[in-house]
Amino acid sequence: MSTSNTAGGARPADAGRAPSARSAGASGSRESADAPLLRLRGVGKNFGPVQALTNIDLDIPAGQVTALVGDNGAGKSTLIKTISGIWQPDRGELQWMGRPVHLDTPRAATELGIATVYQDLALCDNLDIVQNMFLGRELMSNWQLDEVNMELGAKSTLADLSVVSVRSIRQPVGSLSGGQRQAVAVARAVMQNAKLVIMDEPTAALGVTQTRVVLDLITQLASRGIAVLVISHNLNDVNAVADRLAILHLGRLAATGPLSEFDNQLIVELMTTGRSSRNGAGGAPASGQAASAPAPSTR
Amino acid sequence: MSFTQGEPVDTELLDPTQETAADEELTEAVETAAPDVLAGSLGEYVRIWGKRIRSGESGSLPVVVGLIAIIVYFQARSSLFLSAGNLVNLAIQGAPIVVLGMAEVFVLLLGEIDLSIGYTSAIAATATAWAAFSMPWWAAIILGLAVSAFIGAVLGTLVTRLRLPSFVVTLAGLLGFEGLLIELVAWSGHGSGGTIPISNSVIDGITSANVSPTLGWILMIAIVAVAGSIMTLRDRRRRAGGLAAPPLSVTAIKIAAMAAAGVVVVVIGNQNRGLLKPVRGVPWCVVIVLGVLALWTIVLARTRFGRYMYAIGGNAEASRRAGVNLTFVRTLAFVLAGLTSGIAGIIYASRLGSVSTDVPGGELVLWAVAAAVIGGTHLFGGVGKMLHAVLGGVVVAAIYNGLALLGTGAATTDIVTALVLLGAVTVDTLARRGRRGT
Repeated sequence: MSTSNTAGGARPADAGRAPSARSAGASGSRESADAPLLRLRGVGKNFGPVQALTNIDLDIPAGQVTALVGDNGAGKSTLIKTISGIWQPDRGELQWMGRPVHLDTPRAATELGIATVYQDLALCDNLDIVQNMFLGRELMSNWQLDEVNMELGAKSTLADLSVVSVRSIRQPVGSLSGGQRQAVAVARAVMQNAKLVIMDEPTAALGVTQTRVVLDLITQLASRGIAVLVISHNLNDVNAVADRLAILHLGRLAATGPLSEFDNQLIVELMTTGRSSRNGAGGAPASGQAASAPAPSTR
Repeated sequence: MSFTQGEPVDTELLDPTQETAADEELTEAVETAAPDVLAGSLGEYVRIWGKRIRSGESGSLPVVVGLIAIIVYFQARSSLFLSAGNLVNLAIQGAPIVVLGMAEVFVLLLGEIDLSIGYTSAIAATATAWAAFSMPWWAAIILGLAVSAFIGAVLGTLVTRLRLPSFVVTLAGLLGFEGLLIELVAWSGHGSGGTIPISNSVIDGITSANVSPTLGWILMIAIVAVAGSIMTLRDRRRRAGGLAAPPLSVTAIKIAAMAAAGVVVVVIGNQNRGLLKPVRGVPWCVVIVLGVLALWTIVLARTRFGRYMYAIGGNAEASRRAGVNLTFVRTLAFVLAGLTSGIAGIIYASRLGSVSTDVPGGELVLWAVAAAVIGGTHLFGGVGKMLHAVLGGVVVAAIYNGLALLGTGAATTDIVTALVLLGAVTVDTLARRGRRGT
């Protein structure tokens, strides 16, 4: 009641659909010549003789949802682990707001503002929502945990996201539903001032209602000017939230571009074969300048 | 994990158009948070508390009910059980078990176990007894505690750095330290027949000397006043920040219950229980146990280290990703377990008036684990409080004391303690299974 974060007010889902409406700065606009938040240039990664990633050129702009799709083994996981600092690329470079960066450790990525929400969510079921959101970053006052300010901070962050409501933010995370848990993991990232939130299959284990919650959450994030990179197998979800699409096939970027330039049939074709049979159609080459091309084309 | 997975609370997804409908559903939702942060009034508090118990979040309730049953049984069989003299005796017998239980809580919270603390405590007591021949009592106690903390550090390092299973490392400790204890007592030169006497009257007085009746009242009032004002101030801070706090009536009842318990303890302690000359007052070891309880409760509830203990016990990988230094926290937990077992060892030696090579270190550690688990600490980590060890330790001590009073042998004591331990774990497991079913 008094503690519940009621999700009244405007529904965020449709408010931020137009990319221009949610741009948080110069880098937010899709066609902007400015550097995107994160730019991958010729990124490659080997595991022994296996080419997991080959020559990936990908832009991830702020304030937009980029969906990363591809069949099993296409290199999606390798790509997000490279971005989140778990693995280092063997070739190519990452540019963060126009400047080349080396992400040696996950911590380095976190400090830049890259937060990864893994499928297992990395929450402690026995701790409550506040304790989970501040885990590793507890506020202190007078040599003690500052429970009041932590609870206020967690409450306002959850209220800002305004998609999920919980009875009390002092209930253990183990008692929450799948969508609520996802929201806690995302709110944790937001509270740590993440600029890029990577979500690995966020809806994979969820039912219809809970999926809706998470999709709203993703849209909310983008409308706050945060770049979101979502891995998904579910084309319905992709169509519902994505602004941009990046299709991986056997470690290569088959196509990338605004979602409007793809239809489901094309996406499936690119996911399964890496090329399109359509003449003149298909994904744009994965470089920034090509994003302005009128029609996407396969590589 | 030990908690429920995905309870059906997804009715809490709110849509502005259905807000009122959803609001009604909200009140029907499973309430798993503590009533302290949910209730607005006393009535609501009781209602939520009842709901939590029915859904399996019984907390300390089973052990309190069990303790009352044990007391009623023994009092019915022997009218001496609730006499002042026996209750004080029970407190002195229970003190080492309670403190050892608290030591065990540190490692149980991480999902580890320490089987060696029984003999670690005996080694600490040996060091203290030996040093007391040539050092002031406080220096001897510090030395003893330093020895037990060092042992904890060694075991903790083996477990965390080399990633050896704590069960095996501390089982080696259980065996090795028994041998070490025999060597140490012989080597000290003070041992005759494998026993070092406690030569210092202060250390001896931990269990044999009593707080004067007046000081007992003053201490009790001071403890209740401090604890009460901490609770009130915390509630006021929460209200000032616009957060939910327990209703004033609930806090008042809690403070009153605490004061009532304090009055009972002091009244019992202050009764004359001497046969030849008057003996009055609460034994000092009770004050020490309360002090250890308060200190470790603050450490677990109010510090980063305490928070990380629970986090690691709940999900070690998530804690690591959140930047928690697993090695440091785990090692420190073993150090604190060792240190606390040293306190227990000194109390135990004070009670016996000596340290002996035939300390039942294996039995002591099993009682300690039983105390923690009977009190409500989970064996697989993440859930538990220092208070649990105290409640469970009192249960174990009451069984031990009551059966001795009835004149049954050690065999019956062991069997009954084992059955109570099994019963406690069964109640906890069934309650949790019930919760998952809701």
